Amino acid sequence: MFYRECGNYKDTYAKDMAIFPIPLDRYGFIVMLILALIVIPLIATDYWISSIMIPFYCFALSAFGLNILAGYAGQISIGHAAFMAVGAYASLILYGRYGIPLLPSILGGGIVSAAVGTFFGLPALRIKGFYLAISTLASQFIIQWVIVHWRWVSGGVFGTVEAPDMQIFGWALDTPVRKYYLALCIMILLITIGKNLVRGQLGRNWMAIRDMDYAAEIIGVNLYRDKLIAFAVSTFYAGIAGSLITFCYYGAANIEEFHVMVSFALIGMIIIGGLGTILGSFLGAGFFVLLPIAINQSLGAFMDVVPSDILSNIEAIIFGGLIVLFLIVEPYGMARLWHTIKDKMRLWPFPY
Amino acid sequence: MGRKLMFTLFVLVVAASFVMVSGQAMAADKEKKKEAPKQYVPLLIYRTGPFAAGGSGIGSGWEDFMQLRNMQGGVNGIMYEWEECETAYNVARGIECYERVKSKKPVYVHPISTGITYALLPKGVKDHIPIVFEGYGRADAADGRVFKWAFNFPTHYWSQNTAKIKFIAMKQGWDGKNMANIGKYLKGLKIANLHIDVPYGQETKPILDDMAKKYGLVVRHFPVSWPGIDQKSQWMDIVRRFKADWVINRNWGVSCTVPLKEAARMGFPRNRILGVWWCGSEEDVLPAGPAAKGYYATNFHGVGRDFPMIKEIVDKVYGAMKGNISFTRVGSVYYNRGVITGITMDEALRTAHKKFGVKVINGEEMRWALEHLNITEERIKEIGAEGLMQPMKTSCADHEGGGMVRIQQWDGQKWVVASDWISPMKDYVRDMVEKSAAKYAKEKGIQLRDCSKVD
Repeated sequence: MFYRECGNYKDTYAKDMAIFPIPLDRYGFIVMLILALIVIPLIATDYWISSIMIPFYCFALSAFGLNILAGYAGQISIGHAAFMAVGAYASLILYGRYGIPLLPSILGGGIVSAAVGTFFGLPALRIKGFYLAISTLASQFIIQWVIVHWRWVSGGVFGTVEAPDMQIFGWALDTPVRKYYLALCIMILLITIGKNLVRGQLGRNWMAIRDMDYAAEIIGVNLYRDKLIAFAVSTFYAGIAGSLITFCYYGAANIEEFHVMVSFALIGMIIIGGLGTILGSFLGAGFFVLLPIAINQSLGAFMDVVPSDILSNIEAIIFGGLIVLFLIVEPYGMARLWHTIKDKMRLWPFPY
Repeated sequence: MGRKLMFTLFVLVVAASFVMVSGQAMAADKEKKKEAPKQYVPLLIYRTGPFAAGGSGIGSGWEDFMQLRNMQGGVNGIMYEWEECETAYNVARGIECYERVKSKKPVYVHPISTGITYALLPKGVKDHIPIVFEGYGRADAADGRVFKWAFNFPTHYWSQNTAKIKFIAMKQGWDGKNMANIGKYLKGLKIANLHIDVPYGQETKPILDDMAKKYGLVVRHFPVSWPGIDQKSQWMDIVRRFKADWVINRNWGVSCTVPLKEAARMGFPRNRILGVWWCGSEEDVLPAGPAAKGYYATNFHGVGRDFPMIKEIVDKVYGAMKGNISFTRVGSVYYNRGVITGITMDEALRTAHKKFGVKVINGEEMRWALEHLNITEERIKEIGAEGLMQPMKTSCADHEGGGMVRIQQWDGQKWVVASDWISPMKDYVRDMVEKSAAKYAKEKGIQLRDCSKVD
């Protein structure tokens, strides 16, 4: 009823190019922002803020980065967790050892990660599809090996770099709420930039490459440049996400936090959430970060009735079952479900 | 229609799970108000994933012990209340579990995972929760002056490795007492350190290298990449090229079994392989079948059901059908490790009760108690754990306490004790620990505590 385009005239270019052309979308987005910026910090407990919302934002950011690469540019990468690790270690070293201020350190983590990512993106110039997937899988193992064995990076045999106390302009970021705001603000900023990237010329080039690369080349898209930019941007996002999650949540960079299963989970996030959508990155991250914890917590109710070894395995069974169920119900991802609902609502009450 | 039905089903499941979460939380709140205060113990364990054998064994042994104490009326009348949190040996999940249990005033956190321990060390300092890692994690945390909130009693990897070298010397004919002539027996001996190539596996490299220099050993490291299912090339190297005299098996989980099979294939004697205590359980050797016979592994506690403590658990807890694991695993290596975890926690709580009065102990009081732990030979006999555990005494400077290691051998059916308690090269290990801890303190800007001024 309210959700329609009737009477919504696009009489200027600015209106035509708006991110949310439909008023209700705009209001909905503002409500979400108010929720995230004001309501959640006010009502949520420390546990919710620090171990549910912060990882959710960081993984959403990282999934969005992977979505740029896999969903928009069509270059699959199974080594994204390693780039998160690069960002995490780089920013911790910049901040902890060299005393560079916090925000430039996080940015630096992203830049180092982007540099490494561009290097590992080079094979994409020659190979594509499954072959590229395998070569990016190699990047995961190479990076992991280098971090563990390069003493200067990981501080020797223990392989761990602890996050020092954070400060911005002498203002300590010590409570979960403050860390939450740091993660949230950087996430919103980067997603805004990212959304505009994928709407612009670059994003259109990426989509052209994804849909048919030689056709894109014929119409004048510079394949090499744009593929490498996709790798750089995507790993930049991964690096920032990695450094944010270590600073705000883990508290120490340890290579076991970024092992290959995390890379698989990231791929899962964008497939379940929806390839090539921003909403999908959030839904997918929610699915992979929040759902196992929700299942785990709700199973706690049966703790006295069911033996605990069965109980712990049920979590994996339910979660796996839900993944399969979702892929059957909506193979194009959760974002597509939302689009279907939206299309229905536009035509309501006279759907055809 | 089908799609709609499935979707509705899914929505219902999600909705139901959320309702249950909130309902459970509310119910828990109500219960707490009614009952007498209980000592809350969080168990960060793993019953799923590749290392489930370790996590489930330790967790269940620990729970059974608390169950037994609760049946006997608790610790000085204070009951235990425990909660499991499944980490699947995954660092991120472990941190989530820690955050979940943090606000419920846990007595301490014992995550049974080196990776999670590393992540929790700085958090424990901030939240004033002791982080305990019994037989894993950082060895240098034994220096309590630097690591105020971390404890690694009864022993750690570096102590273990000096004990291993001592055991190897004994097998070469050393009498086990005179440290002055140990070098004579070790000189030129080739030791292959077969380790899994993650931070946990690399932890003993520095001390082995150092001992190699000291005693004229030839130590070479053979890294196995995670998860270590395939070790063919390493074994080819160890047996054909390096011609090792002894192999130290420093793997974890599934990769522990592989060396036994490979050694059998290459004809390398199994009684020349010496495993870390995380490669010394029934679950590690049984899959190898007859190939495992003769294999040595280290341990820091007794195995089997032949102890009054374990018998009591079997009688009372399993007699009342309140056990937490299948009965066949009671008395296995990991299970007993869980029981001694429970015993040391219990003793620490009693120590704290003596100092602070009988009440629910919080993290800070527990830290004091863990630092003043004194489990004597007589006390162990009184508990009924003679032979199950070693006496230990912690202090402000020494967070290791015991340090002794025992070697066990697999006879094809069960683990049999193959050596007496071997004490590590204490001064030498302590020296290494202090050096490493000092380096850590310098990096982190930690002021060393002056132990003469701490009560």
